[in-house]
Amino acid sequence: MTTWPILSVTTFLPLVGALIVYLSRGDDEAAKRNSRWIALWTTLITFAVSVILVMRFDPSNPDFQFVEKANWLATGITYHMGVDGISLPLVILTTAVMPFCIIASWKAITSRVREYMMAFLILETLMIGTFSALDLVLFYLFFEGGLIPMFLIIGVWGGPRRVYASFKFFLYTLLGSVLMLLAIMALYWNGGTTDIPTLMHTAVPRSLQTWAWLAFFASFAVKMPMWPVHTWLPDAHVEAPTAGSVVLAAILLKMGGYGFLRFSLPMFPLASHDFAPLIFTLSAIAIIYTSLVALMQEDMKKLIAYSSVAHMGFVTMGIFAGTMQGVAGGVFQMISHGIVSGALFLCVGIVYDRLHTREIAAYGGLVNRMPLYAMTFMVFTMANVGLPGTSGFVGEFMTLLGTFKVSIPTAFFASFGVILSAAYALWLYRKVVFGALVKPSLMSMKDLTFRECLTLFPMIALTILFGVWPKPVLDMSAASVQQLVNNYNTAVTAMKAAALLQ
Amino acid sequence: MSFESAGYQLAPVLPELVLAVGAMALLMLGAYRGQETTRTVTSLAVVLLIVVGALVYMQPAGKQVTFGGSFIVDDFARFMKILALIGSAVTLVLSAEFLSDPSRRIFEYAILVLLSTLGMMVLISAGDLISLYLGLELMSLALYVVAASNRDNAKSTEAGLKYFVLGALSSGMLLYGSSLVYGFTGTVSFTGIAAAATVSNVGLVFGLVFLLAGLCFKVSAVPFHMWTPDVYEGAPTPVTAFFASAPKVAALAVFTRVTLTAFPGIVSQWQQILVFVAIASMALGSFAAIGQTNIKRLMAYSSIGHMGFALVGLASGTVEGAQGVLMYIVIYVAMTLGSFSIILAMKRNGQAVEQISDFAGLSRTNPLLAFMFAMLLFSLAGIPPLAGFFAKWYVFVAAIKANLFTLAVIGVLTSVVGAYYYLAIVKTMYFDEPAGQVDPVRIEVRTVLAVAGLFNILFALFAGPVVSVASAAAKSLF
Repeated sequence: MTTWPILSVTTFLPLVGALIVYLSRGDDEAAKRNSRWIALWTTLITFAVSVILVMRFDPSNPDFQFVEKANWLATGITYHMGVDGISLPLVILTTAVMPFCIIASWKAITSRVREYMMAFLILETLMIGTFSALDLVLFYLFFEGGLIPMFLIIGVWGGPRRVYASFKFFLYTLLGSVLMLLAIMALYWNGGTTDIPTLMHTAVPRSLQTWAWLAFFASFAVKMPMWPVHTWLPDAHVEAPTAGSVVLAAILLKMGGYGFLRFSLPMFPLASHDFAPLIFTLSAIAIIYTSLVALMQEDMKKLIAYSSVAHMGFVTMGIFAGTMQGVAGGVFQMISHGIVSGALFLCVGIVYDRLHTREIAAYGGLVNRMPLYAMTFMVFTMANVGLPGTSGFVGEFMTLLGTFKVSIPTAFFASFGVILSAAYALWLYRKVVFGALVKPSLMSMKDLTFRECLTLFPMIALTILFGVWPKPVLDMSAASVQQLVNNYNTAVTAMKAAALLQ
Repeated sequence: MSFESAGYQLAPVLPELVLAVGAMALLMLGAYRGQETTRTVTSLAVVLLIVVGALVYMQPAGKQVTFGGSFIVDDFARFMKILALIGSAVTLVLSAEFLSDPSRRIFEYAILVLLSTLGMMVLISAGDLISLYLGLELMSLALYVVAASNRDNAKSTEAGLKYFVLGALSSGMLLYGSSLVYGFTGTVSFTGIAAAATVSNVGLVFGLVFLLAGLCFKVSAVPFHMWTPDVYEGAPTPVTAFFASAPKVAALAVFTRVTLTAFPGIVSQWQQILVFVAIASMALGSFAAIGQTNIKRLMAYSSIGHMGFALVGLASGTVEGAQGVLMYIVIYVAMTLGSFSIILAMKRNGQAVEQISDFAGLSRTNPLLAFMFAMLLFSLAGIPPLAGFFAKWYVFVAAIKANLFTLAVIGVLTSVVGAYYYLAIVKTMYFDEPAGQVDPVRIEVRTVLAVAGLFNILFALFAGPVVSVASAAAKSLF
């Protein structure tokens, strides 16, 4: 087996990179170039190390792998890391998306480059840590710590209303999380430890389950974000720099879904079962309502932000269906959405860099000047719509299928989301790319540069690959999802049997 | 029967004796040599504090009682004493620039800090109400004078006078409470009171309330906080740093000792008082700070809020709660000293600037200073992975165990409100346009800032040992 702590290395490598960037002093062009290259190489090496994780990962084992454990705080709080089939895809997603973020910021960020790169690298450490922590306190540390770099990224390098957006982002998320912190403490006293694998097998009294579930829900629903606590997301997306939006959409939103899968379902199965109708209702509302809101947007980023909320609705719906298809679909949808929405934000960033506006009305007929861009944007628009053959289809289809078995009305209403997403996505595409090229400001637009192709083409490949061959992701998570679903159903069945006996 | 065998050993009070004799020797030195010895006296005072700290550290583990039970040295006392000594020593170091001004060459400053520290040590080790009062007054009287040490400044004088008048009032309340407690239990020793106060009666509770009111004043908990913003703003900045650190340690220590060792039989009586005080302090600390424009005033409200959080741990009345208080105060002292060293470092053209707007764009004019302050502010807001998070974790985890759910929920919600004004300073430093260059920072301020800042950022790495020491100290109270 492994002799070196491969998971910790993956987690903390970006932090080392941030230190190196810090040590490379200077403010001139050379220093800026250095910090860009250091950041890029750090993220690439981190990705390479995480590929080793995939190669050594045993997909047939549903338990945590690459486990590392060390003493940390006394009394039941340890440094405990590990990944299973649910968290590993998210770790890979993180390490894979980060190099694109660095490349996307290559030209767009010209002021305070060193700090920018450091913020992104620190953020990467915190995100990987969130997905691989196996101790609740450690998890909270990474989960909340991410607020600091993201706050600075939005606030320092953001748009005109960046102060408002960064405060809203920070305080909204913090408010949800502090309640979760109290629930973590209650779990600590209930189980005598904050070790996640131990707590998964610790019985939690019914009343505590309800309260703890609600507290965790407060945090993850904000992070996800679910309707009606989603309002910070469009603001944050609009004001954040392109790479910030990409990280936000591709990775930070997944923390909510991951939290539901890692904590709510396995630790509070009875409460999850009780509250499933609530989640179904909120998800269905989110899917339909935010899709309608997206139809009305005039800002490209805002439109994609609302569509993210709708797509996350499919994830929550699938997770709380508690069926094999639903949960596996939820995991897949998170990965797929991570790639597709990240790429969509990159696409917006590309035209924004050229014209410095995100207003849909300012564009039109780009296909004439930018055929390559039009093609790329189309692939991701189609994936966003959920066209069969793209990864978006697989996730939406599986979550709908899984939900159908449990709640037909939810699946029925959620299906409207598929139609509505076609409406707003195609409308956006039509307005921006098609039509006559009449606006003088667009006449001189250049097509994709080599650097931009470098960020977008791998994502196209992944979108289509996972669309026609989703097996790699599904196989990786299958065993863990199976175990999760089995445990959940056993707990719910036992409760129902007990209720019948009375 | 010899003096020693009757429970009057001098060994446990050795550090205090050294401090007292040393302070008097330095006083003589200053008195005979005049004000030009200010620098020497201050340096020697720092050395003296370090020596005393080493003596406290070398005292044998376990509990020693002397002077017929009125002086207790246990793990808890040693822990708090070392912390108070660190606070005093660091603030003396930070005062170097303040004292270097020719118009302010006052060697008495260091002597007063030493005497006040002596009072704190007596207070921390108090085993009965008499030594409690003795320590408290020695500490406070020196503090009143120090607050007014910038004699030519009206605000500083006002701060000293205000502090004195209100402090005298609170001492009166404390004495009144003590006399009632004595009257209803027949003893002044904490162990005696604990044995007598097993059931609550009106007179005893009355005394308890007055006693707690006096102590609340010293930790500046709501509703006895009114002096804090004015004194913090008016006193010279190094003095404010001193007020915010060492005396808070001592006051919180005696607060913990009185409630947990003298009144364990009537926990439910003082628990509700503490719950109220904690909620009021946290709420006022976070809401009132929002409108502040002066950084020192803001820190005053911030410290009121933080005392509220520390009292959350105490309100649970358990060993975990005591541990929470200890963890909180350690981290609080580090954060406070770090923040005040930044406030001291903020000078433009030789003039100290204290408005929050003066911090505008600091991240560009002095990135390291801005980074350290931002980390301290995030830590004060309790954001992980910084030290402040662990402080909050340990007090709230105790409250949850003691089933004080309402208190815990209100507490974390006010911490979100508090996060807002800390973020507002980060915003000023990072998002706004620079307000001008800052003078180079003096070496001693830089050193303090580096140590406090690194402690704060890297706390998660060495939290384990701190937790076990705090845990052992907390257990020694029970």
